[in-house]
Amino acid sequence: MALLQISEPGKGTLPHEHRLSVGIDLGTTNSLIASVISGKATILEDTSQTPIMPSIVHYGEQGILVGHEAEKMQLLDPKNTVASVKRLMGKDIKDINPNDFTVQLGGGDGTISIHTQQGIKNPVETSALILKNLKELSEKRLGGEIIGAVITVPAYFDDAQRQATKDAAKIAGINVLRLINEPTAAAVAYGLDKKVEGNFVIYDLGGGTFDISILRLEKGLFEVLATHGDSALGGDDFDHIVEQWVTEDLNAEIPDIKTKQLIKNLSRKIKEGLTEKDEISVDETFAGLGAIKKTLSREKFASLSAGLTNKTIACIKQALHDANLTTNDITGVVMVGGSTRMPIIQLAVEKFIGMPLLNNINPDEVVALGAAEQANILAGNTNDELLLLDVIPLSLGIETMGDIVERIIPRNSTLPVAMGQEFTTYQDGQTGMVIHVVQGERDLVKDCRSLGKFTLKGIPPMVAGAAKIRVTFQVDTDGLLSVKAKELSTGIESSIEVKPSYGLEDKHIQQMLESSFSSAEEDKESRALAEIKVDGKQIIAMIESALEQDKNLLNQDEVNHIYAMVHELTKALAASDRALIEEKTKLLNEATATFAARRMDNSISKALTGKTINTLEF
Amino acid sequence: MAITLTKKAAERVEKYLESRGKGVGLKLAVKTTGCSGMAYVLEFSDEIPAEDQVFESHGIKIMVDPKSLIYIDGTELDFAKEGLNEGFQFNNPNVKDSCGCGESFTV
Repeated sequence: MALLQISEPGKGTLPHEHRLSVGIDLGTTNSLIASVISGKATILEDTSQTPIMPSIVHYGEQGILVGHEAEKMQLLDPKNTVASVKRLMGKDIKDINPNDFTVQLGGGDGTISIHTQQGIKNPVETSALILKNLKELSEKRLGGEIIGAVITVPAYFDDAQRQATKDAAKIAGINVLRLINEPTAAAVAYGLDKKVEGNFVIYDLGGGTFDISILRLEKGLFEVLATHGDSALGGDDFDHIVEQWVTEDLNAEIPDIKTKQLIKNLSRKIKEGLTEKDEISVDETFAGLGAIKKTLSREKFASLSAGLTNKTIACIKQALHDANLTTNDITGVVMVGGSTRMPIIQLAVEKFIGMPLLNNINPDEVVALGAAEQANILAGNTNDELLLLDVIPLSLGIETMGDIVERIIPRNSTLPVAMGQEFTTYQDGQTGMVIHVVQGERDLVKDCRSLGKFTLKGIPPMVAGAAKIRVTFQVDTDGLLSVKAKELSTGIESSIEVKPSYGLEDKHIQQMLESSFSSAEEDKESRALAEIKVDGKQIIAMIESALEQDKNLLNQDEVNHIYAMVHELTKALAASDRALIEEKTKLLNEATATFAARRMDNSISKALTGKTINTLEF
Repeated sequence: MAITLTKKAAERVEKYLESRGKGVGLKLAVKTTGCSGMAYVLEFSDEIPAEDQVFESHGIKIMVDPKSLIYIDGTELDFAKEGLNEGFQFNNPNVKDSCGCGESFTV
């Protein structure tokens, strides 16, 4: 007999068509998976009833272990145990410190290779194993196949890291409904998306990482104003403070790893105990060390760890500064991560911001719960409107003269987004304009990806530069781009729709991003060359049209000289020597200086001819 | 005849309604579909439709439209666990046969 869940009104599903969806908090230290069950976001527990799965993979001789099983191997077989793989996602070996990892890491072509006894592995497939484990757990727990997942990533994750996360999900056989920022997920779990508008601080102190995000919420849309943090600050550091306190009076060296681990565990217990109690007493005897008998009060712990606490407050200050806000602009503070249970942290943050904290949802689970709610909405199981939280992976722009890309929407803009820019005509009497839509970070059209072309026709004939054409780019929540071009004096317009994010292979996006970073210098030179070529051609066009009208102002020698100079410049324009083009342009300008002066005189005298002094207006 | 909830099911529904923050009760219905003819519909209800019959069990209101009632009258809604999975189960005395998945049935 199948077990049913309660659906939202009118959203009851047909048999075998349940739209099961999950939210995944893919963390550095731990990962969680949650789903909305009968209208309530619920963490899905594994068989051992533990909701938290360590983000650890062990590549063993016999097989691969993931989660709790892999955690046990961390001490036994550290060389083949991968922890904190999140720190490797979308990174190059140059970006990280291999000494932070117990496994041997190497460089690949732009990625990192993990050397294990099972061969060379990469971060994406390792992360995929964690995701797959979570997926299997959820399908057992929900009694059916999941149609998709919302996976959370840190707000500061760049496109390569987000892409790597998406790829890992793909390998794990998970359909990614959307990647959302961790702080946004936490805000969603607190229902902030439904109720209020304002600026929120999301304070996320996990096991080994600390993140501060400032979010602005407006009309159901979260915008990340600033992020800050410390990727090497977390609950472990507070454990370490207690550990030092525990061992400070010991005269002997700690004899072995096992005793060290015992003291570590004891220290953590003391720290956690201080969440409920004002003081914790220790009375333990360790082989080879003797007895430890002392009491730690909450005040003492606060003063011992003040350095760490103040560091986190300094991060909030910096993030507020980056966001151009003060504590008075803050509407709420959301506490995320198990370490925010510590009363000393809560007090410090509350005192700094000056308002009560949002902390009544389990801080370990809040991100996964928020992600599950988002997934449920995206799967179409509610009557809520979709939340709009995605960003553009690569910049969008159009081609301008000289094959240069003019960027209209920069990458990482939050969806939906609409941005426009005014362009003009390049030649006298130009009546049409080709709008070539491209995507990428490079400056030249040929290095970017072409998405489509369309023509705006019917521009009234005007001199070059007089027409005003407004090009507007709009990208909706599904990444669907529509481009509109409108000539402002006549109101005529033309448009096109393209799918930018689907037009690109994932691999392609990665390559394009990398090449934009490595080719910045080359791009600068190309752009300068292209620009000067455009200038040169424009000057020739101007002179030719002037000669046609006013050739009579010059004698044959002068005409010949100008033509010779035009010829020289034309020749230079065909090649790619920027200095030469510059020089020839200058020469042509000089050669036509007299001509320009005579034309000026001529047009003034024309204007004056036939007019008496009385009809002239001064 | 009537529609009832087991105590366990009623407790669950109450919890879910509370966390949802709105809703007057449950809506039970059948749809003609599925591999075996009929399928159950189990939804939250934000209103009491005029034509529906309203039952109350352990303090929970249950709305059933007259057409559906013919097929599910006498049903007891239970909350059950199967391995890791848990959810609501229809104990419907009218059912003669149900498909393997148990999500659809014939009377």
